[in-house]
Amino acid sequence: MRYAMAIDTKKCVGCSDCVVACQTENNVPIGYCRDWIVEVVDGTYPQLELEIRSERCNHCDNSPCVRCCPTGASHVEEGGFVLVTHNKCIGCGACIASCPYDARYPHPDGYVDKCTFCMHRVTKGQLPACVATCPTKCMYFGDLDDPNSPVSLVLKNRKHKTLIPEAGTKPQLYYLI
Amino acid sequence: MREELITSGRMNPLVDPQLHIWSWEIPFYLFLGGLAAGILFFAGYYVIMGKEKEYPAAIEKTPLIVPFLLLLGLGSLFLDLNHKLFFWRLYTSIRLQSPMSWGAWVLMVITPVSFIWAAIHIKKTFPKLKWPYAWMDELEKFFTSYKKVIAWIMVIYSLILGIYTGILFSAFNARPLWNTSILGPLFLTSGLSTGAALNIITAKSEYERHKFTRIDLMLIGIELFLIIHIFMGFLASTQVQIDAARLFLGGPYTAPFWILVVFFGMILPGLLEILELRNIKIPVLIPATLVLVGGLLFRFIWTFAGESSRWLY
Repeated sequence: MRYAMAIDTKKCVGCSDCVVACQTENNVPIGYCRDWIVEVVDGTYPQLELEIRSERCNHCDNSPCVRCCPTGASHVEEGGFVLVTHNKCIGCGACIASCPYDARYPHPDGYVDKCTFCMHRVTKGQLPACVATCPTKCMYFGDLDDPNSPVSLVLKNRKHKTLIPEAGTKPQLYYLI
Repeated sequence: MREELITSGRMNPLVDPQLHIWSWEIPFYLFLGGLAAGILFFAGYYVIMGKEKEYPAAIEKTPLIVPFLLLLGLGSLFLDLNHKLFFWRLYTSIRLQSPMSWGAWVLMVITPVSFIWAAIHIKKTFPKLKWPYAWMDELEKFFTSYKKVIAWIMVIYSLILGIYTGILFSAFNARPLWNTSILGPLFLTSGLSTGAALNIITAKSEYERHKFTRIDLMLIGIELFLIIHIFMGFLASTQVQIDAARLFLGGPYTAPFWILVVFFGMILPGLLEILELRNIKIPVLIPATLVLVGGLLFRFIWTFAGESSRWLY
């Protein structure tokens, strides 16, 4: 089992509903966020290209945050969820410094926090809050090992990319382009 | 032109707009750890070589402050933690892939060893000192009879302590400035150099002082070589590492690094040490203090600059 997410940059309008859904679902403290929207404008007027991306932890296959954690608080769960066990985390910040996507932050309670791919929902058969909320249905979530899962199907049919693959982390967030 | 905007307002404290998860505590600890490693290395090395008579300051006197340095370092590491009450979790697991984990375990070994070393030598500096209990005298005798073994443990663990502080950084592929394997040897050399500098201050005999002046001069030479090497490596590497090097080659860290660390922390003390070896009267406190302050600033600058270097996407 390998959960992954695909996000259609052609459909995303950058409304930030996914950000608010995540903050509500996961009780993210005010002033913090586990996912966010990036707009990239490329080119010279009038030939401009706009790409809108909803970004979050990439739940990397080769995750530097898990590697550098001195206590084993950062770990990979069955299915590829990269998580932090709160009562094992000492808040040293090594994983925060090790993430090339800056996807982690220190929770005001001390431990390090991040996107969990909403594992608590996924294990109950629900979609992550951001995917379930997206009004343009531009996000796909599922098991890459299942060829009929929404994410496998869309990755089969669409051109896609990951963010900074050259960092060697094998990210599992795919952007349809 | 390419413009990238985070429109949903991500402003996670200590992460945005620029990573600042590590403040003064980490570079301060890295300096103290390197200094402690340097002092313990020379003390252990000269005992193993059977040169206790020639280097009394390096073996007996300077190591007396190492327990304080390490406790201060551990204290600042503790202050850095955001989830402080769980610090003991470091000692419920051994994670070989995490330099921070082996650092924690190395400190677990070297801190008590530094106390033992100071305890079996303290009477040489403070002859009137007496242990309050008889069993402490027994313990002192016991450890003194194993002095060479302790010296070996100190040499090995001080080298690991000195080099791991650099490897800790170089293991972070996400921070291009840190992500260079030269950093381990460079931090080790700098730590040994600060240790030698402190020995120059505490040495009473000219023989010992000149020996550590020569050692420090050699270490400064190695440091300069490694620094040139690091930048050559960056400039021949990928765009992110070229950008990281530019932080120091025209970027915001240019003046602090080249003037304060390289000139005042290495070149100037090196020149003063050469003059001192040629028997021109130079107060030894000047070059040695410059080396120590340079070593401290080097850690601060490299930590903060590294946090500001990142991948672009």
